Amino acid sequence: MTLIIEAIILGILTGSVYALMSSGLTLVFGVMEIINVAQGIMVILGAYLSYVLVQYLHIDMFVGLLLTMPVMFVLGVGIEWAFVRRIKKERVMLSVLVMYAVALIIEGGLDLIFTASFAQLQAPYVDESFPVLGFHLPYIYVFAFLLSIFLLVLLYVLVYRTTFGYSLRASMQNRTAAALVGIDVEKVQAITFGIGVALAAAGGMAYGATNSFNAASSYDLISRLLVIIVLGGMGSLRGAFVASMLMLIIGDVTAVVWSPVWSSTVFNILLMALLIFRPQGLFGRLEGRKQ
Amino acid sequence: MKHMRTVGLLALLIFACIFPIVFSNAAVTTMAVFTLLFAAAATGWNLFSGYTGYFSLGYATFYGLGAYTLALLCKYWHIPGGYMPFALLPLGGLVAAIFAVPLGWIALRVRRHTFVVVTIAMMFTFQLLAYNLKSITSGSTGMLLPFVTWSPDFFNVPFYYVALAILLLAFATSWWVRNSKYGLGLLAIRDDEDRVAGLGVKTGAYKLAAFVIAAFFAGMVGGMVVYFTGAIAPPVAFDPTFDVSVALMCIMGGVGTLIGPLVGALLLEPLQQYIILQAGSIGAGLDLFIFGALLLVVILFLPEGIIPSLRRLWHKLKAERTTTASVTRPEVRESSSALDALLGRQSEK
Repeated sequence: MTLIIEAIILGILTGSVYALMSSGLTLVFGVMEIINVAQGIMVILGAYLSYVLVQYLHIDMFVGLLLTMPVMFVLGVGIEWAFVRRIKKERVMLSVLVMYAVALIIEGGLDLIFTASFAQLQAPYVDESFPVLGFHLPYIYVFAFLLSIFLLVLLYVLVYRTTFGYSLRASMQNRTAAALVGIDVEKVQAITFGIGVALAAAGGMAYGATNSFNAASSYDLISRLLVIIVLGGMGSLRGAFVASMLMLIIGDVTAVVWSPVWSSTVFNILLMALLIFRPQGLFGRLEGRKQ
Repeated sequence: MKHMRTVGLLALLIFACIFPIVFSNAAVTTMAVFTLLFAAAATGWNLFSGYTGYFSLGYATFYGLGAYTLALLCKYWHIPGGYMPFALLPLGGLVAAIFAVPLGWIALRVRRHTFVVVTIAMMFTFQLLAYNLKSITSGSTGMLLPFVTWSPDFFNVPFYYVALAILLLAFATSWWVRNSKYGLGLLAIRDDEDRVAGLGVKTGAYKLAAFVIAAFFAGMVGGMVVYFTGAIAPPVAFDPTFDVSVALMCIMGGVGTLIGPLVGALLLEPLQQYIILQAGSIGAGLDLFIFGALLLVVILFLPEGIIPSLRRLWHKLKAERTTTASVTRPEVRESSSALDALLGRQSEK
């Protein structure tokens, strides 16, 4: 029983980190209608950036976010400007491939620089733990949870309480109408893409501190993130949050009562079952005819 | 134009038939086998995704299912290496097609972006299953396939002709679909699905049938590739790079055209093999880097594909040649023609 409680608590704590990463993905989808399949490698890139700061410059990883998040934001805006904006026709198909190409380039680059051997972020609070409810919880999980919640609240305020947020949601609802009332939709899109990638950087730091990773870890990550946003409903921030929590809790509980190797599979099969009854996901809208 | 195309295709076919006799170098014929197989896979992908516009990135699901079917059949039926496994390839395709029925039924409940993501998720789910069902698939260690019995310098030749046969079958199916009323329905779904449904076309059954036919070819190709390479493991069978390579070949050649996938595969696959051979030896990751850059260049500079671009150029040249004082014919847009043609046929009845 303790084990199951531990699994649920760990699921909630790590779920928040996945909520952070998938929020970036679902936000970009909502505003730009593209699936950023490079989000997985962006997370790993963020983890490696934190790794460099910790390992070579001896900057604490949480402080280092003040550096890595702006850098990744600029990278995101750059990618949007250089590649995504150029696609005018067949956006569904070509944008996926463009982002996959970007992912391959980053993956190849990371393999060349860091080789395929696993890395993990090191800090005193990564290994230390404190007792709670009969088991030991490493500090890093709590810190990562607090960071994620902080950033998610910040994102919520940005999207729902600022002028930029209004333009963002307007572009989400109807791009043409938003442009007609004077919103610079292209600028909104570039900034949104930057925010999505910056969130991946923060998620990457948390991921890199709780897992050992290499460039190939991005495949596991992106498959999880995609499943999360489909379950939550594509383009829904609330959906991404709820689905992340569900996925990690179900995964961790499965790992305890059955076996760790089945944790992702069980969730994926649950998703397939859900899609039979609710194709649009938990909070999504059904995609119908578009003119 | 019509005659030129027929003659060109015939010449290509004859060239393909005598290719292994002319070029007996093993490295060249290996590349040729992969090229033919990818051309078949791309033709199959195009049959569903190209014609209907449903962009699937889970095609490797069926490739992997076919591959595992062949490997498992060889293991449990104790098939010796030789010509026998070739006879089992259709079974691999069949198993993939059978799996495609429920999977397609689920995936085709959603459209556009969500469909893309659902197909990706399916592929990764099957990859996980291949890792986890250790008692059946031997997990990450993978399996070996029976080794062929013929001599090494003859090694590639049987594979080459079987691959060619699969490609011809795929191409013939694609040609038949493209020129049938069924294919017209598929193309019309790409243009405006709700309107076609309103016309009384059973869009669900149309899409699912195409999905299943495409899966059959992916399964055959998957079985062939693992028998050729001699080993199978989850990341090789359910390979995300396969999805993207096949899609890219179709885009490069021209999505939804008949020979586009063929052209794309003929150009891209040898290049990809070459990159892996050359760059992979310099440093791990360099091949990914170059392939990614290549992908970007193709998409940003050739988003329409080679065949549609050439066709447009041809029409332009012809229009310039025949320009009299009269009004130039408006450019025929292919996208709207399918629906109109279908409407025409519907009203004929």
